[in-house]
Amino acid sequence: MNGKLDFVSRSQYSGYYLGILGTVVVVGLVALPYVVAQGFTNTLVNLFILLILANMWNVLAGYGGLVSVGQQAFIGIGAYTVLLLAQHGIEPFLAIPVAVVVGAVFAYPISWFLFRLTGGYFAIATWVVAVAAGITITGIPSLGGGTGASLPGLQSMSSVLLGAFTYWASLAVVLASLVSVYLLLRSRLGLALTAVRDNEIGARSIGVKVTRAKRIVYLISAAGCAGAGALIAISQLNVQAANVFNVQWTAYMIFAVLIGGIGSIEGPIIGSVVFIVLQQSLARFNAWYLVIVGAVAVIIAIWARGGIWGVWADRSSTKLFPVGYFLRKSSPEGDQLVTQTNK
Amino acid sequence: MSWINALIQGIFLGGLFVLFAAGLSLLFGVMEVINLAHGDIAVAAGYLAVVLIPLLHIPAIWIFIVVVPVFVVIGYVMQRLLFQPSLKSGSLTTLLVTFGLSVIIENLLLEGFSANSHSLSIGALGSGAFRITHQLSISYLSVAILLVAIATIVIIQLGLSRTNTGRIIRAVADDREAAQLIGADYRHVFGIAAGVAFGTVALAGLALSMYSQITPSAGPTYLIYGFEAVVIGGLGSLWGTLAGGIVLGVAATIGLVASANFGALAPHLVFLAILAIRPNGFFPKKALA
Repeated sequence: MNGKLDFVSRSQYSGYYLGILGTVVVVGLVALPYVVAQGFTNTLVNLFILLILANMWNVLAGYGGLVSVGQQAFIGIGAYTVLLLAQHGIEPFLAIPVAVVVGAVFAYPISWFLFRLTGGYFAIATWVVAVAAGITITGIPSLGGGTGASLPGLQSMSSVLLGAFTYWASLAVVLASLVSVYLLLRSRLGLALTAVRDNEIGARSIGVKVTRAKRIVYLISAAGCAGAGALIAISQLNVQAANVFNVQWTAYMIFAVLIGGIGSIEGPIIGSVVFIVLQQSLARFNAWYLVIVGAVAVIIAIWARGGIWGVWADRSSTKLFPVGYFLRKSSPEGDQLVTQTNK
Repeated sequence: MSWINALIQGIFLGGLFVLFAAGLSLLFGVMEVINLAHGDIAVAAGYLAVVLIPLLHIPAIWIFIVVVPVFVVIGYVMQRLLFQPSLKSGSLTTLLVTFGLSVIIENLLLEGFSANSHSLSIGALGSGAFRITHQLSISYLSVAILLVAIATIVIIQLGLSRTNTGRIIRAVADDREAAQLIGADYRHVFGIAAGVAFGTVALAGLALSMYSQITPSAGPTYLIYGFEAVVIGGLGSLWGTLAGGIVLGVAATIGLVASANFGALAPHLVFLAILAIRPNGFFPKKALA
């Protein structure tokens, strides 16, 4: 009864159904502003921003092993790029891709500083960079100094239209971030990163260029966070250093990733949804919601490393985003899954 | 004259940074982990003093006799209950756990005490000063803080090199398995180290709330200063940490002469510059003490 021929595939059959389902979901999300009230799409904008951040932090820490608590540096850079361009007459929505590029451009020299440090020292040094960037921008009067500046260029738009455009822009950035991370992890570099995630020394010893892989991930993560920062500027119509450079953003992304499950694409999606639902339902308890969410994240980090997605993935081989390989055997009853390296 | 004044005030401000750095340096030396909640724990100690002083009817300056032992115990318990299990899944997990703890503490303080600032009033010691010249005076409090900071470094250093517990801590830091073979329970040793670190940072929090003000969100700023002092001085070198703290203090007060904004930025710039030139700090050491 042994199978005749083993073959390796990258996806499961469920992947095709989920692909169709995904397309339906995306089409539905695009049409949403025509259907639901603006309050709901505004909440979804917050969800999308968190999802971008969580997705970016997950690639950085979950795959690259770089625990940064200073990604707010790039959120701020993205937001202020949009502000600066808008002050010079450039449409804020068109400034989003510019902000993404500017984020990566800043990240490159910063990475040469930070990569001299590892582990905990790397983490706090990223924080120092964010603090220093925030203080520097506070000292520039034309960018609003400490009190911040309102974003020009969108006042002529009606609030309904602006809400819808903000929603579509966030949806576009979130889809772009998910697709790029998915393609990244399926590429050769993704294989290297997965090896780094599982065993850095082992990966280095078999010739993976670990530092190069990490630097690329750092740049991608900075670009994504800058994109999220641009969206924050547009959705709030106001840019203030104390807000966009706040370490709170890092707390949000870390909690979302830990709760959903670190080291998978699915984890941050689940974690962001759970985080926003908790935030909405615990809103009347003020700061308590962060205490509760933080405590849940700490407990998961220590005692349930894989988060919600990890619990699911241990019981099922179904993946939303197959980034690994499946080994199948052909047999008369149909193909059988033998092993999978899709973790 | 204002430059000399800034330089001297900076040296004394450095004392405060050193107090924040001592515990970080010790924990990194022993366990190779960084406690991202370090600054928030200091602020929590300050708030505990704010609550206890009216209840206990003792002068604010003596409140450390109560607060520091409480935090030594909290440190030991936290290590055994929270940090130790997280160490098993790697030092990155410990980082995330301490970061979560930082957010939890900050928001608990926000709920309990609002975002308003608090400070500890210590009467004449807080307002009095040594008058060196007409323009140059040094407050009693900043002298006291620097002396306490130096004393803390000396005591930790002597404790590590002269006492039995210190020798066991160093043994565990050098080689955990070998130390365990000769009967040292590393979990207990880690607990003691965390207790000492929490005690010193409680002291730092009390000094901060006497020297200026505390708010629930003040912690990370001082965590960062403490960390910068450790890196500038060289990882694992307590004397280097003392020098690093003073360098930062001087950078802050000299920057302040230019503008308030630059006063906040200068220490970070000095740190980044030193990181670029000498990533291992000025007095790098492989092992503790």
